[in-house]
Amino acid sequence: MKHRISALFLGTALALAAGSAVAQDKTVKIGVLTDNSGLYSDLGGAGSTVAAQMAVEDSGLAAKGWKIDIVSADHQNKPDIGTTVARQWIDVDKVDIFVDVLNSGVALAVNNLVKEKNAIMINTGAATSDLTNTQCSPNTIHWVYDTYMLANSTGQALVKAGGDTWYFLTADYAFGHALERDTSAVVVKSGGKVIGTVRHPLNSSDFSSFLLQAQASKAKIIGMANAGGDTTNTIKQAAEFGIVSGGQKLAGLLLFINDVHSLGLKVAQGLNFTETFYWDLNDGTRAFSKRFSERMKNKAMPSMVQAGVYSGLIHYFKTIDAMGGNPHDGVKVVAKMKETPTDDPLFGKGTIRADGRKLHPAYLFEVKKPSESKGPWDYYKLIGTTPGEQAFRPLSESACPLVKK
Amino acid sequence: MQALYAQLLVGLINGSFYALLSLGLAVIFGMLNIINFAHGALYMMGAFCAYFLLHLTGIGYWWALIIAPIVVGIFGMILERTMLQWLAGLDHLYGLLLTFGIALIVQGVFQNYFGSSGLPYAIPDYPEVGGFRGLQGGMNLGFMFLPIYRGWVVVFSLVVCLATWFLIEKTRLGANLRAATENPTLVRAFGINVPRMITLTYGLGVGLAALAGVLSAPINQVRPLMGADLIIVVFAVVVIGGMGSIMGSIITGFALGVIEGLTKYFYPEASNTVVFVLMVLVLLVKPTGLTGRAA
Repeated sequence: MKHRISALFLGTALALAAGSAVAQDKTVKIGVLTDNSGLYSDLGGAGSTVAAQMAVEDSGLAAKGWKIDIVSADHQNKPDIGTTVARQWIDVDKVDIFVDVLNSGVALAVNNLVKEKNAIMINTGAATSDLTNTQCSPNTIHWVYDTYMLANSTGQALVKAGGDTWYFLTADYAFGHALERDTSAVVVKSGGKVIGTVRHPLNSSDFSSFLLQAQASKAKIIGMANAGGDTTNTIKQAAEFGIVSGGQKLAGLLLFINDVHSLGLKVAQGLNFTETFYWDLNDGTRAFSKRFSERMKNKAMPSMVQAGVYSGLIHYFKTIDAMGGNPHDGVKVVAKMKETPTDDPLFGKGTIRADGRKLHPAYLFEVKKPSESKGPWDYYKLIGTTPGEQAFRPLSESACPLVKK
Repeated sequence: MQALYAQLLVGLINGSFYALLSLGLAVIFGMLNIINFAHGALYMMGAFCAYFLLHLTGIGYWWALIIAPIVVGIFGMILERTMLQWLAGLDHLYGLLLTFGIALIVQGVFQNYFGSSGLPYAIPDYPEVGGFRGLQGGMNLGFMFLPIYRGWVVVFSLVVCLATWFLIEKTRLGANLRAATENPTLVRAFGINVPRMITLTYGLGVGLAALAGVLSAPINQVRPLMGADLIIVVFAVVVIGGMGSIMGSIITGFALGVIEGLTKYFYPEASNTVVFVLMVLVLLVKPTGLTGRAA
């Protein structure tokens, strides 16, 4: 009897010790999976790692006894490389949370893996709206923007302004297809017509053939469902072939501040497009961006992808700090993150929906004329704001199984 | 039908770049027996050189056409003197690996400092002749709007290609050069400085790459990876044309530009692969390339 009782005590004590050890596990490993060397590396790349480091420093968690590590890898825009790295990160390096993961093809592949292994992905880089629709996952939050929102904001504004016939120039992979599909839907819904499309391989350098086809279509709007270097080359060469001076209008469906910087205002002026972050929106964004650009080799201002990495991680840190420790359980942490309203200086106040969609306002910008700009990086004029609830796909249209209807 | 003419012309424009770049490769391979994988990086350096000339010193496009190839050519000659010359006589693989490594380093350095989205470089707007401001604007050919700059690229590269061909195939200097490749010992016996000639040849090949870089700066963004994206296609062009054949690489360059242009029209999804499909076919039927001599 005596032996039994002492065994019982010992057992309880051990269980308690084990229990508290789990609760006090204050280690986190962050994986920045991005394009570190290719055409999208200015949008994410090294800047995303800088943003993650800044989030770690600003969270103040180190002072509370947390140990946070950041690893970074280049997925080279290839889904197979992305998943191989992700698998190794989760299995061997015990990475808890993935950030950035730009390129929709890579993001969709990693999304499945993260769900299977119960890790977390805060996707700030990929565009495809499928991440919170048919492919939604209890482990993934889609933070910054998506194709539905871009289509909704830019597409609607352009059709309203009289651009009712569209021709698409589409990057031939998951992202381009999603952007073309979502924009076509908005165009048709707003009373416009899509009269043609041409799909070019990712990372093309010459667009003149495609532009000539778009020119011959006589469409009022040429919708560029591509990104990064593909978009900048399209815009530059469209100017050369007299497309804009011929009366057709280019619609940049996904443009980043880095693209505008690299084009120069002379070529980019007058373009309309949508972003959810711009460095010069308010004091909070300006302060962050200044600190960020000082740490960048080329002194670049943050893209919305990089800003999203910071904002997403700040929210993640708040959540796990409130939980008292890292449970290493993706579904549990993401559920808690969805319960907690978000608030940070970059994207303001927001919420995360059941389908994993982070909501915040979408801004319609116009690129300034060279005469209006005060210097490098002073590029945008804000011409419209859509509140988060209206900017993204409404839950009533959602095909995500996580949404209860 | 009109659209087809336009695509043929656009193909010819892209072909000019292929021709200029594959010509440089062919010269280097033919004379030095080096598979120059750094060619794309040197092409990129040419474009960056034009950018720096304009933005740091205010020297415009026309001078850049001369200065950039010389500057990058000198860089190439330093490479040849300090590294490549030690590989003479070794297996091709060593040269390929070394130049590939150099390309990665050069691209990495540029990307570190300038990012991947690139820098703007405008089409020159001087001198003003009549109604034309430099090479800006375009003219309506009926079946298409031809930017003047693109027309200039085709004409200029054709001239440069033919001049290079003439230099190597028809002049005394070229004859010495070809003789030096065949039998360097004997040529040296005639009192000709063969190592210096080889260095200059490498400089010429590199200069051609840099020239193509300057030509493409106003069309494409000046980006660190602009050459990496192009070089693989250019290698396919060289293989199809026959390694080391000067005229072969010029003609193949233009022809493949046109074929690629047509693919962009009829089946755009395949436009990045059509060159390689052709390469496989040519290698199956005629392993030495279309104009190559049997080794």
